[in-house]
Amino acid sequence: MTTLAESRNWEKFFWPIAVAAVLLVLWHYSVVWTATKIFPSPLDVERGLIGLFHKNVLWNDIADSLRRVALGFGAAAILGIPIGLVLGWYPAIDQVVNPTMQLLRPISPIAWIPVAIIFFGVGDKAAVFLIFLAAFFPIVVACVDGVSNVPSVFRRAGRNFGLTAAQLLARVVFPAALPQIIIGLRIALGISWLVVVAAEMIAVDSGLGYLVIDSRNSGKHYDLVVAAMLIIGVIGLLLDSGFRRLEKIKSVRWGFRDAS
Amino acid sequence: MPSPWGVVGGLVDLTSHGLLVKYVVASLFRVTWGFTLAAILAIPLGLTIGWYRRAEMAFNPLIQFLRPISPLAWIPIAILWFGVGDLSAIFLIFLSCFFPLLLTAINAVRNIPAVYINAGRNFGLSPGALVYRVLYPAVVPQLIVGLRITLGIAWLVVVAAEMIAVNSGLGFLIVDARNAGNRYDLVVAGMVLIGLIGLLLDIGMRSLEKVKSFRWSYSEE
Amino acid sequence: MESTVAITATPTVETKLRAEHISMSFTRDGESMPVLEDINLEVGNGEFLCLLGPSGCGKSTLLSIIAGFLSPTSGEVKIDGEIVRGPDPRRIFVFQERGVFPWLTVEGNIGFGLFKLTRAERDRRIAHYIKMVGLEGFGKSYPSELSGGMKQRLEVARALAVNPDMLFLDEPFGALDSITRLIMRGELLRIWEAERKTIIFVTHDIDEAVQLADRVAVMSARPGRIQEIVNIDIPHPRDINSARYLELRTGIFNQIGLAHHL
Repeated sequence: MTTLAESRNWEKFFWPIAVAAVLLVLWHYSVVWTATKIFPSPLDVERGLIGLFHKNVLWNDIADSLRRVALGFGAAAILGIPIGLVLGWYPAIDQVVNPTMQLLRPISPIAWIPVAIIFFGVGDKAAVFLIFLAAFFPIVVACVDGVSNVPSVFRRAGRNFGLTAAQLLARVVFPAALPQIIIGLRIALGISWLVVVAAEMIAVDSGLGYLVIDSRNSGKHYDLVVAAMLIIGVIGLLLDSGFRRLEKIKSVRWGFRDAS
Repeated sequence: MPSPWGVVGGLVDLTSHGLLVKYVVASLFRVTWGFTLAAILAIPLGLTIGWYRRAEMAFNPLIQFLRPISPLAWIPIAILWFGVGDLSAIFLIFLSCFFPLLLTAINAVRNIPAVYINAGRNFGLSPGALVYRVLYPAVVPQLIVGLRITLGIAWLVVVAAEMIAVNSGLGFLIVDARNAGNRYDLVVAGMVLIGLIGLLLDIGMRSLEKVKSFRWSYSEE
Repeated sequence: MESTVAITATPTVETKLRAEHISMSFTRDGESMPVLEDINLEVGNGEFLCLLGPSGCGKSTLLSIIAGFLSPTSGEVKIDGEIVRGPDPRRIFVFQERGVFPWLTVEGNIGFGLFKLTRAERDRRIAHYIKMVGLEGFGKSYPSELSGGMKQRLEVARALAVNPDMLFLDEPFGALDSITRLIMRGELLRIWEAERKTIIFVTHDIDEAVQLADRVAVMSARPGRIQEIVNIDIPHPRDINSARYLELRTGIFNQIGLAHHL
């Protein structure tokens, strides 16, 4: 936008790789220079990663984390989208419910851990419940905003063509709000991924979060800590880019400014 | 589960022991430092990266990769570098705020309509003046929204960090109340406090959005 | 046909701007798309020139090149004998009303380019131009409180306040309703007659061009070329029912290839 010079194709790959290379070199040499025995160098982490891949535990941990996210996020979407659509459609109900939501929203999902443990005991259900909580509010808010931002001309046009209220919701309001809802879902998925790791550090004894905290507690395997963090980053990135593909689907792409 | 009156009793209990103020202050102290440090570093860095397309190209993959790592996953590293205590918690909050703010600043610059920059250049502004008189006012509204959302994240993270990495603050209160004798009235009291303070922080940041010279982007349309 | 195109300004006035062999192409998806092809143009000092053409003919690109926001693929633009290398406060580009800064008041916008003046002088100029464009009483208002026409006048005032010798206007009245547009044309002519800036005005509206300009440069569809330059030899104020007006208008209609019957 600001530089008129056209960038070449190779630059798209060259610069990120250059930055990553510089960082890795810096990391390596700061470990060497400080002569730390505990913090791993990039090579240690690589060895740790390979070690993890050879043990079956890693795949189980990844599967556990993903399953929890899928269940918690799925439940939040199934409940949150209809509730958000209704609240956006009837502003009067929204006004009644909104203050409670605003009060509940800033409570860290992690702060619910004790409550989750009372309700569900230590285990999968507690973690799924936490993820559900973490994803639910962003989804509801995105749907409410999405519906209330639908220009009133669209509704009028729909009514003009004789649509019933249900048809109006299904054929005009929902498609019009869809881009914003998808953004909300993507953000909620990102939060779910952050929370599952946190929940697994406290409330259960499997999953990638547990791998991080366990690697430290059982003998300060910091190479495994960093390796687990890298895996968390890669999976989070994959989830996000998978969701971004949804935004490219023709019928919703109009709603995104950077469509290209 | 405690009854609502039990929770009120728990709040009174906390106040009379002087713990309420102490824990609230401890949590707010950590959030303030972590959040402020992140803002001071991330915003100028993000504005610079957003301005130069090649810098954006270079750093974007790295940012996208580090962002989905839960700040809490850094806890072992935080404890290794900073020990158990305030510094660890501040470091975790700093991390949790840094990436969202960096992305906000990058996008804010990239979303400035080219007309504004062209008009600024047309009137012969020096690069410094262009930053101060066009770039800065054009990005402020988006930055404020980003700061508000990020402060919410910081408040989420401090609670989680306090449950693991320190022994004071509202997060510690919740874990401690449960571990030391299943005082669930105190657990819920702590949660209510967390919700209330989070709400107040959000309201405070929203009032910034109402400041006249920032308001331009909200009043349009 | 191109050889007959008269590109020179009326010989009695000195040349202000000379564009020589301007060509421009953009690369999109790896393919080079020509937008402008061998544009040659001269504009006299104090002249009002309209660039007229269908949408997408590259007229806005040409104006951006003249203003120094874009570098042409080949060719050069000289203003007062100097090659244009970038934007310059001596020549101000007026965007559609989108160009006003929403974070500044009317006064702040008009004073935007006056940072080198003393405070007193700046205030005097701001007051003068607020009055000239008829925004008295709105000095402390923000653009979001103004109508489209007011924002457009504000942008013209901001441009005039720095006392440039050229104004570049890119479809400045395109977003206005037709009544406001007519009034704005009158205002622009009044200001032009008072200050005698050299004006290059981009439009796709044939009537607008014939009402305003000394000369109309008619451009062809992409890749844009200058098809013909039409002298509008009617003195101001122009009678838009006069035979000569209708004759010139019809001539341009034919030039663009439009029948004037619906």
